[in-house]
Amino acid sequence: MKRGLGRLLSAILVFIGGAPAAPAGEEVKIGAIYPLTGAAASTGLELKNAVELAAEMINHGAQGLNLPLAGNAGLPGLKGAKIRLVFGDHQSNPQIGATEAERLITQEKVVALIGCYASNVTATASQVAERYGVPFLNPDSSSATLTQRNFKWFFRTTPHDELFVRNFFVFLKALETKRGIRPKRIALMNENTLWGTETTKLEEKLAKEQGYNIVETVIYPAKSTQLTSEVQRLKASSPDLLMQSSYLGDAILSIKSYQELGFTPQAILANDAGFNDSEFLRTLGKAGNYVLSREVWALDLTSRNPLIKQVNDIYFKRFKTNFNGNSARAFTGLYTLAEAINRAGSTQPEAMRKALTETNIGGDKLIMPWQGIKFDATGQNTLGSGIIVQVQHGKYVTVWPFELASADVIWPMPAWDKR
Amino acid sequence: MSVEIVLQTLLSGLLIGLVYALVAVGLTMIFGVMDIVNFAHGEFLMFGMYASFWLFSLYKLDPLFTLPLTALLLFALGAAVYQTVVRRIIHASMLSQIFTTFGLMILFRGIAQFLWKPDFRSIDNSLVSGAVRLGALQFGLPQIVAGAGAILATALIWWFLDRTRLGVALEATAADREAAQLMGIPVQRMFTIAWGIAAACAGIAGGLLSTFYPVFPEVGANFILIAFVVVALGGFGSVTGAFLAGIIVGLVEVVGGFLIGPQLKLALVLLLYLLVVLLRPQGLLGRA
Repeated sequence: MKRGLGRLLSAILVFIGGAPAAPAGEEVKIGAIYPLTGAAASTGLELKNAVELAAEMINHGAQGLNLPLAGNAGLPGLKGAKIRLVFGDHQSNPQIGATEAERLITQEKVVALIGCYASNVTATASQVAERYGVPFLNPDSSSATLTQRNFKWFFRTTPHDELFVRNFFVFLKALETKRGIRPKRIALMNENTLWGTETTKLEEKLAKEQGYNIVETVIYPAKSTQLTSEVQRLKASSPDLLMQSSYLGDAILSIKSYQELGFTPQAILANDAGFNDSEFLRTLGKAGNYVLSREVWALDLTSRNPLIKQVNDIYFKRFKTNFNGNSARAFTGLYTLAEAINRAGSTQPEAMRKALTETNIGGDKLIMPWQGIKFDATGQNTLGSGIIVQVQHGKYVTVWPFELASADVIWPMPAWDKR
Repeated sequence: MSVEIVLQTLLSGLLIGLVYALVAVGLTMIFGVMDIVNFAHGEFLMFGMYASFWLFSLYKLDPLFTLPLTALLLFALGAAVYQTVVRRIIHASMLSQIFTTFGLMILFRGIAQFLWKPDFRSIDNSLVSGAVRLGALQFGLPQIVAGAGAILATALIWWFLDRTRLGVALEATAADREAAQLMGIPVQRMFTIAWGIAAACAGIAGGLLSTFYPVFPEVGANFILIAFVVVALGGFGSVTGAFLAGIIVGLVEVVGGFLIGPQLKLALVLLLYLLVVLLRPQGLLGRA
């Protein structure tokens, strides 16, 4: 009974989620697994919208846009075959992610998979794809371990956590070259789950390699009721730069504590997550100003890259909201997959895999702030990188890479009582 | 290490400790009066925070002024929970009681997630915001107000229990349920009041916290573990003990975290708890 109900629900889901029936002719079925219900459902919907729009633009030929495959309706390498998406819902649950991957491969006969946003679900779903020998393209999971598994069928377009942390130090170096700013004393403030501790290790290692002096490392419990002792420690170490990795609740609590206890380093360089949540600025208002944070995408990139503006306009017209880091990466992911399948000229798994390994898309054809897309032996895109944004006048603006920046870095930030 | 840092950490620890104390007072009261461990106590705190949040964001009423209303709402909720659920299990085995209040905890979190989504929300620009300078020392105004509010609320509870007829009847019920019943004290009504007051305490603590701590469905979990330590340290059932123990735990957490390392701050609190359990199982002021 339960099983029957599950199947019925899946059928309904596919019915609702599937793209409009394509005209008779060849179709390329691609499975997309995202959290369409459950706690991450709102993000899942954005991701679904983004890949659907990408599929539509590929199928109708994005005339006049500098995207891969533009000007052709469908995939010219497969006689104009259209992309058809079949959705799976993983509900942020790794087990369900795996069963959905299995269902899409064995019952829906998809030729490739895309997804799954949450790193732990991507891990299980891509395992299934690996077992069946089906290409799996991951546009949006950042755990570094995913491409350390030596999978043959796994390809990731987004930079991972480790690359993002490396970006911090590239940014610092660039800041020194351009503005002569070099923080002499760095303090780390990271939460104590897997993400925070991994980041701490990496930051300590990279700082040492590049000759930066870490004067204090504070690891705090993510579910703290107060951060007074942490802030006192930071204050006592008087750092020029604070590098911080926090989720939303502790990010808010920490900034409030800095303000209340009068802790002002020259700059706070945050590691995305809580600092880029829409609730962060809504809660903190002016107190959130001057925070630097790494990001994968920012709306003001549209002013630097006409392609980003054109595609964002289409997206906005359709969904009444702008792209964000997640949806822009999902959009790019499907384009990457389609471009490779087109070059393969067939949906034979081995041909598609070979085409994916030979992918070489220039940065000018992307809506991401990347150099391009080119996979290494582990399936990781080597040309991706993050950007650094700063909150200025209550808005996130891109400040690095300098060629994409729409504003200069404000450094040092003013003390709390001088704002 | 300068005198300022010592003073600053001591006072910061004291302020958060007072809030812990207020959360724990409700918990210890329910235990003292009827020997039930209420695992859903943190969720009363969560509902208190949401009450303040919604009154603020919908009607622009400052959390400071809505405290009495929040307390009243939570009193009603606590009393209702007793009447509908807990009343049925006061004679049941301890295991059933634990499962019941544990179930309530999960239910309340689920309700909050369903109604208000798992998002983090906060009150910004309430009347109590910003910092207060005392020479070289600096404190958040919300924390000072929360500390003062916690002292007031606890004093009120203490006055009620010690100086009013109803309070004395409640204490009598706690001391000996049967004897109290024989003396004509309406035990059921006493229990209802105890649950109401306990929930109201958590509600007030929630209202005070909402000016500086984000509100989300799982927020109770962050405070309930500490509240249990406070109750055990102070002695199960002792309001004065819980008050003292709350302050001690706050001090250990902040000062110990500063001196030894923030990653160990909760470990220090739990170490203290272990020591108390080993050396003085009845807690500081508990009945042996």
